[in-house]
Amino acid sequence: MGKLKLKEHVITREWCKGCGICVHFCPKQVLELDDQDKVFAARREDCICCELCELRCPDLAIEIETEQGSE
Amino acid sequence: MKENIKFIQGNEACVEGALYAGLEFFAGYPITPSTEIAELMSYRLPQKGCRFIQMEDEIASMSAIIGASLTGHKVMTATSGPGFSLMQEALGYAVMAEIPCVIVNVQRGGPSTGIPTHVSQGDVNQARWGTHGDHAIVTLTASNHQDVFAMTVEGFNIAETYRTPVILLFDEVIGHMRERLVVPEEGEIPLVERLRTSVSEGVDYHPYLPREDGRLPMSDFGGVHRYNVTGLFHDMWGFPSDNPQVVHDLLRHLVDKINNNVNQITNFKSYYLDDAESVLISYGSSARSALHVVELLRPRGERIGLLELQTLWPFPDQLVRRTCEHAKHVIVVEMNMGQILQEVRRVVDQPRKVFLANRIDGVFITPRDIRNIMRLVQGKGV
Amino acid sequence: MAIKDYIRERFFPHIWCPGCGHGTVMNSLLRALESLGMSRNEIVMVSGIGCSSRISGYVDFHTLHTIHGRALAFATGVKLSRPELNLIVPMGDGDALAIGGNHFIHAARRNIDITAIVMNNRIYGMTGGQFSPLSGYGTMATTAPYSNIDHAFDTVELAIAAGATFVARSTSYHVKQLSKILRDAILHEGFSVVEVLSQCPTYFGRKNRAGSAVDMMEQYKNDTTPIGSKAKKENPDLIERGIFVQKEMPEYCREYDKIIEKAMKGN
Repeated sequence: MGKLKLKEHVITREWCKGCGICVHFCPKQVLELDDQDKVFAARREDCICCELCELRCPDLAIEIETEQGSE
Repeated sequence: MKENIKFIQGNEACVEGALYAGLEFFAGYPITPSTEIAELMSYRLPQKGCRFIQMEDEIASMSAIIGASLTGHKVMTATSGPGFSLMQEALGYAVMAEIPCVIVNVQRGGPSTGIPTHVSQGDVNQARWGTHGDHAIVTLTASNHQDVFAMTVEGFNIAETYRTPVILLFDEVIGHMRERLVVPEEGEIPLVERLRTSVSEGVDYHPYLPREDGRLPMSDFGGVHRYNVTGLFHDMWGFPSDNPQVVHDLLRHLVDKINNNVNQITNFKSYYLDDAESVLISYGSSARSALHVVELLRPRGERIGLLELQTLWPFPDQLVRRTCEHAKHVIVVEMNMGQILQEVRRVVDQPRKVFLANRIDGVFITPRDIRNIMRLVQGKGV
Repeated sequence: MAIKDYIRERFFPHIWCPGCGHGTVMNSLLRALESLGMSRNEIVMVSGIGCSSRISGYVDFHTLHTIHGRALAFATGVKLSRPELNLIVPMGDGDALAIGGNHFIHAARRNIDITAIVMNNRIYGMTGGQFSPLSGYGTMATTAPYSNIDHAFDTVELAIAAGATFVARSTSYHVKQLSKILRDAILHEGFSVVEVLSQCPTYFGRKNRAGSAVDMMEQYKNDTTPIGSKAKKENPDLIERGIFVQKEMPEYCREYDKIIEKAMKGN
């Protein structure tokens, strides 16, 4: 069994209000706000799939899609 | 004595009527002179597998019966003036969210704590306008135990038919007086049961979209249709809306569903009205004294009759106007400062011929009280 | 079921302000329900009035949006008349403990199986920032322009004293703990109270110079500690998080079943 691997940051842009909670608390500084104050994955390769952004988002605007990685 | 003949208090007759109508849930808070209703409910309801709860106040009682009604049960609470004041906000919620429920107010003297163990009919206008905002309401009353029973059943039937709260406005004399009640056989009085939607699971259900006949089928909480219930103006799914058309249409609907059915909702009794020159109009316990006067004076050749109102709200405008058309004078008999008098004057052609015979001292109005006023009205002196 | 299957997507984005903790509470609640695999048809959510109460519009359960402070009384009627349903009652701090304080203590006293969530943002948000019974002494609000002289309730102590059989506290920062606690609260048979510290950056934050939503969540991180921790002994000002009470007591609806049994035997 491999580790969970990131497939995609699924972001519902229309729901994101740009509060920055996910950006601030991301342990790997993966996320940033764009010029319209919407979140995007600026360094997706650093994501460790801890899902804290998804769990803390007050707007249900971010979802971490994962897949089973190979050893 | 046959088992279906009872010698009981009016409050007990109300309980018998509610159980006959299929009451399944009662929430209440003790208050004189209605307490016997809660006491008897706590004893009788669990005997048929149903539930009683004594809540922390009347606000909670009214709230709890609304919640229980949404799960598909026939529900009721009972109180008196001060408790009825506390119930007004949730009563308005039941109007807005169209929740069938029955609220008993056994009236005592007010304002405030007033005169708890004595009679009054001072809550007539509170029943009509106690809760805020434009709305229609149904209020029934009765003058004897057989009618208390019948009007209680009628209250449940109206609540289910129109998806509305119904107020049973009794009074201390009716509540505490003992007299005979013959409990009708099962099926003798038709019952209106909860109208449930036939829309099947997975199909869009509209809890607030009236059918062609104006009725709104319900779906029990816990069933297959998940919808929203709110005290805010709402669309046909029950979700809040401030769309002017939605707001306008809902308010019209809430008022029209009652006011366009006044004839169906109106209950009354008439005594010797065909040729009456003196028309008495009364309701509740004071109608007993009024009837006494009529039955006393008829054999003496006086052309006097009585219209006993059992539906106070919506007020039966046409019935009262027609009844008073040929009367020389109309005397409204009530135990308040003229709350129904106001309505009668509003609807008759000649308001000046309408007089008040009342008592407001906590003492039951007697036939003599009424005759004294009549002599004045008829120019005969006291 | 995925978490989005539990919401009414057509009403999103929701009305809560950017950074409002209430959205996070909803997020955690939905995950708790998802992990329990509960069917939407067996859940009834009853709410009152205020920012917090708007949650009932967004979730796809049987939802009853009632009047200010009375949610628990409505919920009591639903629960007692259909005990097999799961009742969840999210409330704001003013809703639950000012106008609704009486219903709160009596629901706790009865130990009726309802999950009460107090979303505590220490302010009346919907009306624009007035102090609540949980704002606390010395805070600022639009109705306390010279600072608040009202002392706050401790929700946890109040719930315990009133007889709640499950009492817990968490914050919108500690989402994993929050979700777990909400799950336990829902599973608990009896009256459960979960207080969630939930930031209101718009009113409480601005009035009290508490900074942004992020700053306020940092505070939750720094100013709270697990129940009975060493840190708490060193710094008594820390607010404890976790499950304070979890005990088995006769549940109200079950007790009433016994009444029915008794009454029917006597017939």
